[in-house]
Amino acid sequence: MADKQGAALSAERLGVNEAGRAALAERAAQLLARAKARGATAAEVSLAKRQNLELTVRQGALETLEQTEGQDLSLTVFRGQRSATVSSSDLSPEACETLVEKALFLADQAEEDPHAGLAPPELAPAVLPNLDLFHPWALSLDEARALASACEAAALAVSPELRNSEGATVASALGLSCYANSQGFQAIEPRSRHGLYAAVIAGEGARMQRDGWGVTRRCPDDGLDPQAVGRRAGERALARLDARPVPTGRYPVVFDSTVASTLLGHFVGAISGGALYRRASFLLDALGEMLFPPRYSITEDPLRPRGLASASFDDDAVATAPKAFVAEGRLESYALSVYAGRRLGLAPTGNGGGVHNLAMNHDGLSREALLEELGTGLWITELMGQGVNGVTGDYSRGAAGFWVEKGQIAYPVQEITVAGQLRDIYRNIRAVADDGEQPRAVEVGSMLIDGMTIAGA
Amino acid sequence: MREALAAAEARFLAPANLTEGQLATQLGAMLRGDIDFADLYFQHAEQQAFVLEDGRVRDASFSIDHGVGLRAVAGAKTGFAYANGIDGAALKAAANAASAIADGRGATGQAVAFTASAGAPSLYAVENALASVSDETKTARLRALDALARTLDARVSQVSASLVGRQETVMVLASDGTRCADERPLVRFSVSVVVEKNGRRERGSAGGGGRISFAELLEGDRLEDWVREAVRIALVNLDAVDAPAGSMPVVLGPGWPGVLLHEAVGHGLEGDFNRRGTSTFSNRVGEAVASPLCTVVDQGNLPQRRGSLTIDDEGTATGETVLIENGVLRGYLQDKTNARLMNVAPTGNGRRESYAHLPMPRMTNTFLRAGQDDPEDILRSVQRGLYAVNFGGGSVDITSGKFVFSTTEAYLIEEGRITAPVKGATLIGQGPEVMNRITAVGHDLALDSGVGVCGKDGQSVPVGVGQPTLKVSSMTVGGTGA
Repeated sequence: MADKQGAALSAERLGVNEAGRAALAERAAQLLARAKARGATAAEVSLAKRQNLELTVRQGALETLEQTEGQDLSLTVFRGQRSATVSSSDLSPEACETLVEKALFLADQAEEDPHAGLAPPELAPAVLPNLDLFHPWALSLDEARALASACEAAALAVSPELRNSEGATVASALGLSCYANSQGFQAIEPRSRHGLYAAVIAGEGARMQRDGWGVTRRCPDDGLDPQAVGRRAGERALARLDARPVPTGRYPVVFDSTVASTLLGHFVGAISGGALYRRASFLLDALGEMLFPPRYSITEDPLRPRGLASASFDDDAVATAPKAFVAEGRLESYALSVYAGRRLGLAPTGNGGGVHNLAMNHDGLSREALLEELGTGLWITELMGQGVNGVTGDYSRGAAGFWVEKGQIAYPVQEITVAGQLRDIYRNIRAVADDGEQPRAVEVGSMLIDGMTIAGA
Repeated sequence: MREALAAAEARFLAPANLTEGQLATQLGAMLRGDIDFADLYFQHAEQQAFVLEDGRVRDASFSIDHGVGLRAVAGAKTGFAYANGIDGAALKAAANAASAIADGRGATGQAVAFTASAGAPSLYAVENALASVSDETKTARLRALDALARTLDARVSQVSASLVGRQETVMVLASDGTRCADERPLVRFSVSVVVEKNGRRERGSAGGGGRISFAELLEGDRLEDWVREAVRIALVNLDAVDAPAGSMPVVLGPGWPGVLLHEAVGHGLEGDFNRRGTSTFSNRVGEAVASPLCTVVDQGNLPQRRGSLTIDDEGTATGETVLIENGVLRGYLQDKTNARLMNVAPTGNGRRESYAHLPMPRMTNTFLRAGQDDPEDILRSVQRGLYAVNFGGGSVDITSGKFVFSTTEAYLIEEGRITAPVKGATLIGQGPEVMNRITAVGHDLALDSGVGVCGKDGQSVPVGVGQPTLKVSSMTVGGTGA
């Protein structure tokens, strides 16, 4: 690959310039006009172009190199209260013509829905703030290969117990997206995302354990350190060697910050409009209730510069704004799209498509102090499987981690389950540490929770 | 196959005035430096979905996925690129990007000639799955099914149902002479209901489908049966008590609980993990890895099954691969690259989510063959344990072999009898250990109804699973009860 020394990805080729943006805007306008001409009463369109580089080195040798460029469009049309959505990776004019026809035909097959329709135009952002989400990485293939090699080598150097590897990967992606609707709102935004990941194997034969680490950033200068990522991957794999189950029982449990985010994920699922109007949430009619201990709040910060989940407007073109879902323990807001809001008789919250940069506050404890507070119990660093019932809140997942005695790590643990009820889990948070990784789409420290059931030996 | 090839050429090559000769030249040009294999994967897929919610078919959608993936391979090294637009210039640019892995001076290209394809008979003789029934018929049926669910029981408060269909054409051209095509239908019906009683709510889900047309899916009253099944499961769970916690005997019902084989055995036997030596099953061919009652196969050529394929995504004909025979490990699931590196034959398990993804070894329909035991006797043999008949998903750490799967319908077994239903619980174990603890295998082999999706490295593909009733003498059950 010596003949490729330039940057592998190119903002220029993607069209992140005046001409490229204008062409995308023109395309979106044409699709909206065509839909209108064919009888749509309203329409919205999303166009996206992408460039990706993904390079993996394993055992010091190049294993895969993916260099891809792609595009797609999604168009929703309304005929009064009927609607349909079409999407395609074929953006040729002929394909677009067929798609518009298809969308209108399908809309006629759907039934009238009194809640269908675009968001009120006054909810769209008046100005688009610059969220600083686009930072191309001028990385040649040789440089990417050297980074991945260094990352894997740093992982394997942690211990002679680390001999095999699943490899280290450098990933870089650029995107340019355009949203436009028939109410005149239009936004074109470029975004970038870069990452470094490694996974290695500790031990041999029946002792083998795999683990890894990775970081993702909007800007390549914000801490994509191959040594740090590799070392952490190696340390994590090594620490799992000779893990065993613990006896079945009820114990206090620490969810490590790397898995505590999933507990907030289940919370977000339960306050999401879709689950609520389908009556499929254990937090139905819970607005105003004390769900967490009063010292905790859960907030979202959609406008954070370089945030991994930043967005100035949601999937419905509703402006986003920082807010609290939980304030001092109390559920203050659901996460609603325009449609869900109409179904529930509530105002949309700018969460069509999800939440943006979620965070929970902590108690100012270090992780070591949190394990001291745990005393004797389980520190969970991995969760497996999908055993979470969003309708009832019943929780049962596979887990691995470490047994802790008097605040000190005693031995690694695996082949156990951790079970409880999500309402109890949230209510029984005893402490939260200050060790949350940043930046993350969900930022939360390690959480100490009382009274969970562990099934093991 | 010949018809599929003609249709594929008309779809992919004719519009851009491309000829097979030009593509052979393009593939040949990719064989530079140390690159010793290259292939092109053309795909055109159309997908349609009607979703009923709250008594209304409110969501109709249609999508087109169209493109060509180009791959260059040099030993264990793979380069990949794709193009959405199919024309000479796009192919050339993508070929250069994929071939950027080339090292050394070596060849500057080689001649490639396609082998005349003998043609395997298609496993799914369907003209066009989507167009086989009018859209009005689909939406009217969904409305009738919604009404049915609500008349079955007054406690039904919500019904969601969907009909999703996909029709795709794929064509594979490779530097080893492969030249073949496949036209693949795939349809699915899903239903989910919420029931409520005294403030307690529960959900039940069911569904099915396969590589058939909508017309076949809508025949008879299978859809109505699935609606009844979803309501039944939801009502059972309304009365569920806490699942037990700890190690105990577990009896798994026939059919979908075969997700056990998918997680405990299947993933760990995929060729890529074993070539790298990262699986708990690595270097163990010929060893006993399960109880002698167990014979596990992966079979991609079952007619019309969701996990079936006439040819895999590298053009290899699918077939039956015996993975474990009477407890002894016989072999792995292979794609072309890993088969070559391990010096064995490909098994027809090279699959990819789409042209925009690289192929890798994947399962098709994976199941445990029937045994001799009577299912009733198996239940009677358990003093206290769990009887699990329906599952959500599962997952596995292939290196340690630890796997989980979570029940969505399960009961306590007390003194050989099925008693109270229990809430969903995750079961956890280690692949070969659990397989060695299978102490009874029923004669009631069943495959699942056709809803399985398997995820690996971010790629999803449709799969099937199956098994007869079986007993695991001890497994960890992750409930909250005593």
